[in-house]
Amino acid sequence: MAVDANTALSGAGCGAPEQDTALPASVDLEKETVLTGTVVNDEGDVVQGAYVRLLDGSGEFTAEVVTGEGGQFRFFAAPGKWTLRALSRFGDATGELEAARGLNETKLAVSR
Amino acid sequence: MAREDVLVTAEWAEENLDAPGVVFVEVDEDTTAYDTGHIKGAVKLNWRDDLRDPVRHDIVNQEQFSELLSERGISNDDTVILYGGNNNWFAAYAYWYFKLYGHKNVKLLDGGRKKWELDARPFTTEIPKRERTQYVAKPQDAAIRAYREEVVEAIGSSNLIDVRSPDEYAGRLLAPAHLPQEQSQRGGHVPTALSIPWSKAANEDGTFKSNDELRKLYVDEAGLDEDKPTIAYCRIGERSSHSWFALRELLGYENVKNYDGSWTEYGSLIGVPIALGDEPGSK
Repeated sequence: MAVDANTALSGAGCGAPEQDTALPASVDLEKETVLTGTVVNDEGDVVQGAYVRLLDGSGEFTAEVVTGEGGQFRFFAAPGKWTLRALSRFGDATGELEAARGLNETKLAVSR
Repeated sequence: MAREDVLVTAEWAEENLDAPGVVFVEVDEDTTAYDTGHIKGAVKLNWRDDLRDPVRHDIVNQEQFSELLSERGISNDDTVILYGGNNNWFAAYAYWYFKLYGHKNVKLLDGGRKKWELDARPFTTEIPKRERTQYVAKPQDAAIRAYREEVVEAIGSSNLIDVRSPDEYAGRLLAPAHLPQEQSQRGGHVPTALSIPWSKAANEDGTFKSNDELRKLYVDEAGLDEDKPTIAYCRIGERSSHSWFALRELLGYENVKNYDGSWTEYGSLIGVPIALGDEPGSK
C-alpha cells in the first residue's frame, strides 16, 4: 500500500508535510517504509525548493514534496520498486529504488 | 471558452506583474511558502484560515467572502491571477470559490509556484500594501457546487469522477496511522464513480495538459459521457477543483460541479452506498 504523502499530513489539509531532516518520533521504522534522500546539483550543493515526485512501479504519480533546507525529501511508502523524479531550476534527475521496510536513503543529482 | 481566458502563462505573468487592475494572489494550505518568497506584488490567501468557516464545516459565506477580499484590497473589477503550491490545488479551489461568488475576471497561473521555480523566475519576501476595498460578492452560483443529495442521485445516472489516488478510491487508504488528518468514517468511493486521479490532468511541471490530451483522458480512456452532467470529488474538494477546472474551464463542459464536501462528508454519511476496490461498482 502506497501512502500518498500529499494526502497524509498534519491538520486538515492536503499539502505535503515539512521536509526536515528529523523523522517524527511517532514513525516506527520497524513498520514503515521511508524513502528519503537529498537533491544536489552539478556542483554537489544541496538544492532547496526542488520538486521530488514519487512514481509507483508502473510509473504512476503517487506523491510530490518540495525539498527543504538541506535539500531533503521524504516519502512514506511500501516495500517495492519506486521511481523518484526530481525537478529543479538546476535541471532534473530520475532515480530507481528498490525499497525495503525501514529507512531507504538515496541521492538525486540534478543536471540540465 | 478559450484557454487564455482562464489560464495565463508564467511569461504573461512576469510581463504583467505591475499591470494596473491585475492582482496576483497566492493560495496555499499553509503560508510558509508565501512567507519565504512569493511572486512580486502577490497577496496571500490561506486555505485553512481564510477559505473555511471557523465554526461550521463549510466554506465561508457571501458576507465573509466580501469582507475577506475587501480586507485584502481586491476589487470586483480586478483581474485576479491565482497561483499556489501543490500543483495549484488550492489555487484551483480558490478559482472555484471566486467563480462561485461571481467574480468576473479570474484566471489561474499555469503551473503555479512549481513552474515559476523551475523557470528560475524571481520570488520576493516583500509584502505588498493594498488599500482596503468595498468588495461585494454575488450570491453563490448553484451551477458549480454539488451537495450530497445530488451525489447520491448521480449514482448510475450522471458522471461521477473520483480524482483521489487509486488507493484512496479503492478504500485501501484512508489515513496513514502515523500522520493525523481529518477522517471520514469509511473508505471507498461513490458507486459508479470513475477513477481519474487529478495528477493525470497535469504535466510534471504542474501545467495543465493540452485540451486534446485532456479529452483523451476523460472521454476516450476513462469513459466520461459527454452528454451527461458531471460531479467531481476528492477528499476535501481541492484536488477536485483542479479536475473541475480542466473539465469545465478548459474543455468547456457546461454542467460540471465540484462536490466540496467530498469524501470527508460522503464517507461519514449514514446509509449511503459505498463501493470498495478498483472497479466503479454498480448502483
